[in-house]
Amino acid sequence: MTRPLLELDGLEVRHGRVAAVRALTLAVHEGEIVGLIGPNGAGKSTTLHAIMGLLPPAAGEIRLRGEPLRGRSPEAVARAGVALVPEGRRIFGGFSVEENLRLGLAAARGNGASERLQDVYGLFPMLADFRRRQAGALSGGQQQQLAIARALMADPDLLLLDEPSLGLAPGLVDVVFEALATIRERRVTVLLVEQRAQRTVAFADRTYVLANGRLHSTLTRADSADTDKMIAAYLA
Amino acid sequence: MSAGLVAAVDAQTLVDAVGLGAVFALMAVGIGLVFGVLRLVNFAYGQLVMAGAYTLAFTSGWPVGARLLMCLGVVLVLTMALERAVFRPLRSASPAVMLVTTFAIAFLLQAIARIVDLRDGTIGEAAASVGGLRQAVTIAGVDVRKVTLVAIAVAAVSLGLLALMLARTTLGLHMRAAAADFQTARLLGVRANVVIAFAVFLSGVLAAIVAVILTIQAPLVTPGFALKETIVVLVGVVVGGIDRLWTATLGGFAIGFATGVINGALPTEHTVFLPSAVFALVVLVLIFRPGGLFAPGRTAVVERV
Repeated sequence: MTRPLLELDGLEVRHGRVAAVRALTLAVHEGEIVGLIGPNGAGKSTTLHAIMGLLPPAAGEIRLRGEPLRGRSPEAVARAGVALVPEGRRIFGGFSVEENLRLGLAAARGNGASERLQDVYGLFPMLADFRRRQAGALSGGQQQQLAIARALMADPDLLLLDEPSLGLAPGLVDVVFEALATIRERRVTVLLVEQRAQRTVAFADRTYVLANGRLHSTLTRADSADTDKMIAAYLA
Repeated sequence: MSAGLVAAVDAQTLVDAVGLGAVFALMAVGIGLVFGVLRLVNFAYGQLVMAGAYTLAFTSGWPVGARLLMCLGVVLVLTMALERAVFRPLRSASPAVMLVTTFAIAFLLQAIARIVDLRDGTIGEAAASVGGLRQAVTIAGVDVRKVTLVAIAVAAVSLGLLALMLARTTLGLHMRAAAADFQTARLLGVRANVVIAFAVFLSGVLAAIVAVILTIQAPLVTPGFALKETIVVLVGVVVGGIDRLWTATLGGFAIGFATGVINGALPTEHTVFLPSAVFALVVLVLIFRPGGLFAPGRTAVVERV
């Protein structure tokens, strides 16, 4: 098998004296969509923050195409080809939609700003209609699409999503998963952190279940129909 | 006293007040730019101006162009040295630590200035004017010093260029993003070191410009040069709303303008009350608009102190 795009090897991350993530080993291969689910406080977001260089790991290694990411600044990780759609979207509300998208180019390797904009507008036509509008005036679902589009502007090798459906009405959750389906067609590699376990397991190629900072189990798409397994994952 | 004379005095007061407001606005931008990306209130900003002023004094005999370049060079070297040696290592320190550190730098730079200044046995150096700007011109019956007009024009052009840079360029977009939400900006790939260094660099350019204008207005350069102005501008920046560059700038302009008007309105024997009057105004503003004079609504009571 080829070398994974992303490898976590014995990762340990601490919040003070508490280990939020312990001995976590997992891999994401090129073109894969991998889910990461688990209850609140299981260490999902902490894992993403460690990958992005926001939290220093206490132990273990993080590798992108075999290159260690540990100790790099968030902007260096972004420029290495990892894009994060942060929890709560973190849109620049006072900026226009297009300015938000142009910010996504900060991590882009190579040129082609206008092509990338057209590409993203093709994926999310709503954003093209509202390009001059203040991003803060968009609805929650539209802001989430903007956050995803902004991350795609950098043409990342790996897209990390931190609970993109959090706080959205059920109808808008569909919008987000439709956006993710579009990304899948692009063969973008995705690590998706979610609370919505069943949808995530059904959507991802493979889903890791975290509990108390440890890897509890790995589910496949077929498992999403297996109620017993899903309940076991929930109670992890 | 004839009615015509009163009107002339008033117009002159207003022009001077706008000139003072323009200089204070430039200083406010210099302080606000750095605060935006570092959350650091640079109390030592006045000492950067002071260093530029001493440079102009020590080069009084030089050609004007060389003096201006030297002033810009000295202020920029000092500013960027501070950035590398102090601001960058302290980036994640608490606001209190950063503020106290800039106090220390301010005193250190004043002490160095005193040592340099005292080599000739007296304190204070006179700076020659730049291109006869100390002379007055008469416009529509109002006597205005040329430097006042130059200050207003330079401030308008500098602020206009800065606004264009922030609105239209990629670096400007990155700076605005860093000021709004630094962590998210970094996650998107905005280089922290680049935006911080650029903001500090711009604040240095503005300090050099202010040094030129202030030495033309007040030629005697002492270690305490621009200190009082910095304190007043800092108050103006807080009163305007330090969270946004444009409200901070307006605050700087407003306190300069108010100082100029009150100074003109107070009888000469009462000008000792000028600071009291200005700060009484400041207290009133902060009671009624704690988030800042130009903050939107009263919601802007920020957690940041």
